[in-house]
Amino acid sequence: MSQTFKPTSAEQTAELLTWAAGEEAPLEVIGTGSKRGLGRPIQTANGLDLSDLKGITLYEPAELVMTAGAGTPLSEIRAALAENRQELAFEPGDLGPLFGGPAGEGTIGGLVACNLAGPRRIKAGAARDHLLGFTAVSGRGEVFKSGGRVVKNVTGYDLSKLVTGSFGTLAALTEVTLKVLPAAEKARTLLLFGLDDRAAVAAMSRALGSAHEISGAAHLPPDIAKGSGVSYIAGAGGAVTALRLEGHGPSVEARLEALRGELKDLGQSEELHSKNTAALWREIADVTYLVEPADRVVWKVSVAPTHGPEVVAAITARVEARYLLDWGGGLILLSMPAGEGGWADELRGAVAKVGGHATLLRAPEALRRQISVFHPQPEPLAALTARVKDSFDPRRILNPGRMYSGV
Amino acid sequence: MQMPEPDEGTVIRKSQIVADLGRIVPGEGVIHDEDELRAYESDGLTAYRQPPLIVVLPETVEQVSRVLAYCNENGIKVVPRGAGTSLSGGALPLADGIILGLGKFNRILEIDFENRCAVVQPGVTNLGITKAVEHEGFYYAPDPSSQIACSIGGNVAENSGGVHCLKYGLTTNNLLGLEMVLIDGTILRIGGKHLDSEGYDLLGLMTGSEGLLGVVTEVTVRILQKPATARALLLGFPTSEQGGDCVAAVIGAGIIPGGMEMMDRPAIHASDDFVQAGYPRDVEALLIVELDGPAAEVDYLIEQVVAIAREHGATYERVSQDEEERNRFWAGRKAAFPAVGRISPDYYCMDGTIPRKQLPLVLKRMREMSEQYGLGVANVFHAGDGNLHPLIMYDANQPGELERAEEFGADILKLCVEVGGVLTGEHGVGVEKRDLMGEMFNEIDLKQQQRVKCAFDPNALLNPGKVFPQLHRCAELGRMHIHRGQMPFPDLPRF
Repeated sequence: MSQTFKPTSAEQTAELLTWAAGEEAPLEVIGTGSKRGLGRPIQTANGLDLSDLKGITLYEPAELVMTAGAGTPLSEIRAALAENRQELAFEPGDLGPLFGGPAGEGTIGGLVACNLAGPRRIKAGAARDHLLGFTAVSGRGEVFKSGGRVVKNVTGYDLSKLVTGSFGTLAALTEVTLKVLPAAEKARTLLLFGLDDRAAVAAMSRALGSAHEISGAAHLPPDIAKGSGVSYIAGAGGAVTALRLEGHGPSVEARLEALRGELKDLGQSEELHSKNTAALWREIADVTYLVEPADRVVWKVSVAPTHGPEVVAAITARVEARYLLDWGGGLILLSMPAGEGGWADELRGAVAKVGGHATLLRAPEALRRQISVFHPQPEPLAALTARVKDSFDPRRILNPGRMYSGV
Repeated sequence: MQMPEPDEGTVIRKSQIVADLGRIVPGEGVIHDEDELRAYESDGLTAYRQPPLIVVLPETVEQVSRVLAYCNENGIKVVPRGAGTSLSGGALPLADGIILGLGKFNRILEIDFENRCAVVQPGVTNLGITKAVEHEGFYYAPDPSSQIACSIGGNVAENSGGVHCLKYGLTTNNLLGLEMVLIDGTILRIGGKHLDSEGYDLLGLMTGSEGLLGVVTEVTVRILQKPATARALLLGFPTSEQGGDCVAAVIGAGIIPGGMEMMDRPAIHASDDFVQAGYPRDVEALLIVELDGPAAEVDYLIEQVVAIAREHGATYERVSQDEEERNRFWAGRKAAFPAVGRISPDYYCMDGTIPRKQLPLVLKRMREMSEQYGLGVANVFHAGDGNLHPLIMYDANQPGELERAEEFGADILKLCVEVGGVLTGEHGVGVEKRDLMGEMFNEIDLKQQQRVKCAFDPNALLNPGKVFPQLHRCAELGRMHIHRGQMPFPDLPRF
């Protein structure tokens, strides 16, 4: 009989997992399931729904810290932060629509479990860099904690890093404590036009290597730019390279002027003001451009920024792909027709030459079952991964196989 | 402080082990003479001393791999060591263990300005990275005060911070990749020049693991362009409460300074006497606030910070007018430790972190404890991120004073935990705070951490006796008590 359990406390969760460990009865661990399409599909008799472990239990804006139940809706967290002009600085995207669901769903625990980060990753880090501490229940059915509520903390192993991005395979998060930061007073985006991928990455490298504290550097090829909801970009009639500056008013103005001057050899530039800046970077964070057609597979590739264009070239030589470059060229988001094994071998072959990883972000369940969703690990690393899994979840009851087969 | 009982069987085999290691690391890479070993008997925490059995100084990753595999097969304990500047005894040797020194791994392997990273060997000093990239205007952001001497490998092991980590992050936020060797000799690469190592974040786990999980043999760090300008402010307050409130108000106003340091009266006087920094001497709390970025930003924020300081009762304010003056403001802060060393025969540096708002309470309680223990204390404080460095003054030549200083220190750290903080912000647990781990973590928390250790080092040969107050065998930790039977919570909501 298939059941989904919805505990209301860490203690209930522990009792449930103690039972599941005893029975060797694996569970699918979810918040609201908004990112269920990310990762390998798993089949378990039972489910563990953490969405009742909710509520912000501590929020001290002046201390830049927030603690919340893992099942707290992201919308609630965002609203509380916005009231105090603060935010999650790592700018996680809303991938709901990409996975065919509504926008605005998801929980803070799910966000941590997937280690998402948006365009500001290059400056502010990912979810991993903002989780200060947590409480969770291991696959042994034990409630444990790690970290704390302060930023500077080296007391014991940094298990916060380990659970972030572990897709619920190590422990069921029950409470998380995050670093929160003031939202920028002002934001501007400098736009460059008509650059090819290589020229765009070179321009972004110049900008990112400057002292201007670029907080977003993305390149939209012509067909992607055309689909933007920002009229300046959609109407540009070609590729658009975008560089974002955020901060205090006078600072943003000064940096924008300086950057514009330094890049004037690249032709005419334009700037986006606050509203359009917000709209553009939201599109990039949410990967809006690749939501449709929904039957295409979407990949997320992380390489050293200067290698972005060559990985793109290698794949576009083989298959019709739509793509954009974020993180100054280091993040490639691309969509291709399904089929041919999702082009995994071609893509991973190209990535292997330069170092990095390719994750199958969206694909039909059958394909996610057939090929590795996460970049395959070399044997010694895979063995260590399995041992780490066992150190938390020896009976492999938590989301088994969600990341790697058998783990 | 108790270290694990030395294994006589290993000590007796010393000459055999020296010969075996000599075959792996030829030349002068194996040190076993008792006089020479003494150079390694302690690290930056000089209260504890113990000469190691043998010191090995490999030069290649293959040698590291073979040394570790050999030790693993022969049950020999290994203490990894970088520059030996740990303030928590992280590199304290064991009588029956080898020191694996990474000092010969001192080369910068690659600088990639376009991708804003550098690939270096672990023995390169923290400042050495900045020196190698500064001709292009770049620097490596984390700046522990020992940066002239401390190695990047040690920084990884300790997740080192510095005065600028409020804005620029700790070591863990500035790493991209590692090459490391497990105790069984396996060489692994994690991450690279790209962001976010995939799979479990072993890069994050390794950072701050204090040499208990593996030996780092290569590090890829992010480098940043230096801010265009930096200016510093000195702000004096009649009470530490006002200083603390000012810090909270600055951050509450959405300003994240490059650095924000606080000193109390004893620290102000000691530093000013030592380096004539020009600090005001009639204030209870002195803030040094550094703002960096484009000149327009810095000028704008200085005005804002000054206004906030006035609202909070600042009785002294001074803005640096040039680089020379800015450096002078910092000179006092940077010399605070030796300055206290001048007025006291010995001092003991603590490293707790507290929620910022608890500062006035913690300072008050510390003053009370100071009277109770009859030992002076001076405070320097990374105010922006709540990291306290109380310096307890004592005289090791007076019987019982070291023990009193240690008890005083332990009480301070317990207080930090009590108000919602942690035992160590950047110096590490090492041997120093090992026995206090129970203040912060319960038995289950600690056992879970030790199980992670077992995934890397099942025979507990890497740096044993550090971090964990009690050693458990991995077999014992892995055991599970299974209670089969009824499904719990019959009334638990199910769907």
